[in-house]
Amino acid sequence: MNASGTPLVEMRGISIAFGGIKAVENVSVDLFPGEVVGLLGHNGAGKSTLIKILSGAYPADAGEIAINGQAVAIRTPRDAKDNGIETIYQTLALADNIDAAANIYLGREKLTPWGTLDDAAMESETRKAMARLNPHFRRFKEPVSALSGGQRQSVAIARAIHFNARVLIMDEPTAALGPAETAQVGELIKQLKADGIGIFLVSHDLHDVFDLADRIVVMKNGRVVGTAAVKDVTQDDVLGMIIGGKCPPGATPGPGAVQGPGAAAGAAMPGGPAN
Amino acid sequence: MDLFRKFEIDPRLVGMLAALAVIWTGFHLMSGGSFLTPRNLWNLSVQTSAIAVMACGMVLVIVTRNIDLSVGSVLGVVGMLVGVIQARWLPEAMGLEHPLTWLISALAAMALGGLIGLFHGALIAYLVIPSFIVTLGGLLVWRGAAWWVTTGQTVAPMDGRFRSLGGSVEGAIGAGASWALGVAAIAAIVAAMMMARRRKQSFGFAVRPPAVEVAVIGVIVAAVIGVVMLFNAYPLPAPIARRVAEAQGTPWPEGGLFISHGFAVPMIIALVTGIVMSFVARRTTFGRYVFAIGGNPEAAQLSGVNTRRVLMHVYGVMGVLTGLAACITTARLNAATNSAGSLDELYVIAAAVIGGTSLSGGVGTIVGAMLGALIMQSLQSGMVLLGVDTPLQNIVVGIVLVVAVWLDTIYRKRLK
Repeated sequence: MNASGTPLVEMRGISIAFGGIKAVENVSVDLFPGEVVGLLGHNGAGKSTLIKILSGAYPADAGEIAINGQAVAIRTPRDAKDNGIETIYQTLALADNIDAAANIYLGREKLTPWGTLDDAAMESETRKAMARLNPHFRRFKEPVSALSGGQRQSVAIARAIHFNARVLIMDEPTAALGPAETAQVGELIKQLKADGIGIFLVSHDLHDVFDLADRIVVMKNGRVVGTAAVKDVTQDDVLGMIIGGKCPPGATPGPGAVQGPGAAAGAAMPGGPAN
Repeated sequence: MDLFRKFEIDPRLVGMLAALAVIWTGFHLMSGGSFLTPRNLWNLSVQTSAIAVMACGMVLVIVTRNIDLSVGSVLGVVGMLVGVIQARWLPEAMGLEHPLTWLISALAAMALGGLIGLFHGALIAYLVIPSFIVTLGGLLVWRGAAWWVTTGQTVAPMDGRFRSLGGSVEGAIGAGASWALGVAAIAAIVAAMMMARRRKQSFGFAVRPPAVEVAVIGVIVAAVIGVVMLFNAYPLPAPIARRVAEAQGTPWPEGGLFISHGFAVPMIIALVTGIVMSFVARRTTFGRYVFAIGGNPEAAQLSGVNTRRVLMHVYGVMGVLTGLAACITTARLNAATNSAGSLDELYVIAAAVIGGTSLSGGVGTIVGAMLGALIMQSLQSGMVLLGVDTPLQNIVVGIVLVVAVWLDTIYRKRLK
């Protein structure tokens, strides 16, 4: 991890509202190469909305995003991918009726010299990619609806890391997985980290985050409560941040932190759209 | 099942062909041998064409989880416009029976249909109005518009060359041309299969065993030759044959001459449409996106697919094909009437659904929809042949539609 120098991703003053509800309000976060940042918060805290802004699913109402210090405009998923930002969604976002290769290459298909789909080449590349992630995977010809949960997860991961991502966003990557597969995802994260990829890990599982993340960012009611290096805080501290919005001594408070001991915790704003 | 999968043969397709065989044999036996005749099958090919052309587009529409209820009415208004263009405007501008009249009319029909389709598509994709409502509105609007074109008057007759688009004697290409077409088709199919095979082998993927490949090619070649022979076995009626012979300077012998119909132009149009649309659906990014949207619209969008533009273009394609079908229908009637295409939307949807297109989206094939159109039309013309009353015909077709979808549902469940 390299916490000095130019951040890989810098989001400054990001805001978005849906029908008058401020789902994300003046949020600033950054991510360095080879770093894993855990994004924590309740349902409706705005963490999924925030990462959807970075992945281009929602264009932000206000704020700036810089990649390697360069300001970029991310308005669509295409823009995000062009900037090396890949996302593994909680829902996996796979088209169930087409096969693994078609999903992995969806939106950036390999074409033959005649401009037609080169399915054979895509399948060949997919076989290589899947051999690394899930060596037992054989069902290349079948629609992904026929695959198990773990296999579908591998397809979604393969899609995200196959195109030389610099930034990886993982939204609840282990929510649907068994213990063995969860451990596998943990190994993968460590490997990607070593390759210098920056990872945003969105999760509600504190154990996962404490195992894998270098830093945590806690959100509540669309705002950042605080940021802390994992080694400087305890799990209880973080729970206090998530539930009460109280920033412990080891953390850097954000605009969403409750000021002073007597302040009304969490009484203010309704949450954003469901995460 | 495993054998089908291993040899890459679609079991659903085999099932549909079997159903078609049962229907055809049944009608043949019940009608005392008048169904499976060159004449009846030739007529069947002509009658199926317009619906089959539109069914190709409807597959894409339904695959994206949408519907188009307006195709019959769009066919009506485009047919009227095309009638007016070639029977009133073009003769004034270029003279009667100008050699380009048919082409200009047909291109205009496809352009008009395409524009109407894009307009529907824009309302559905960008204004997010449900397709059911947009095209239900279209069903009413365009039927009314078809009346307004000539305030209800029928426009006739059509240009002579244009008429060949609808079949009839002008639209029969004859024995020699049919053989040429058959041979070209065989060459193209074999070349395409060989290329696909070589491509797979170059990546080290499994291919069918050579014996199976040869068998599949053999079946296809035999089928094409059989179809050519069948349509060539249907002679022109004597008076017309005599006119054709005299036009060629051949003396008319005592016993008459056997001059073949050969393929009908509308059938060729439908087959070419089917091939082009299959290619679009399976080999282009557009087709891939259509299916991805049907499988999971959100995933397609998050993958960077411009789902709205794709959806709008799907309706554009549907419109172009409806314009083409309007040419076939108008040419076949040799008249443009404002009621042309009434209820066609239902037959087109039924053809697509019988052909295995799932109304919940994401699943469907062009070849299935074309076979579906053929099954529907076979039922109808078979019942006409048997003298079944029209109300009973509708009852039978309706029941068959429901049963076909029920069987398909069972098949899909067993697949999982």
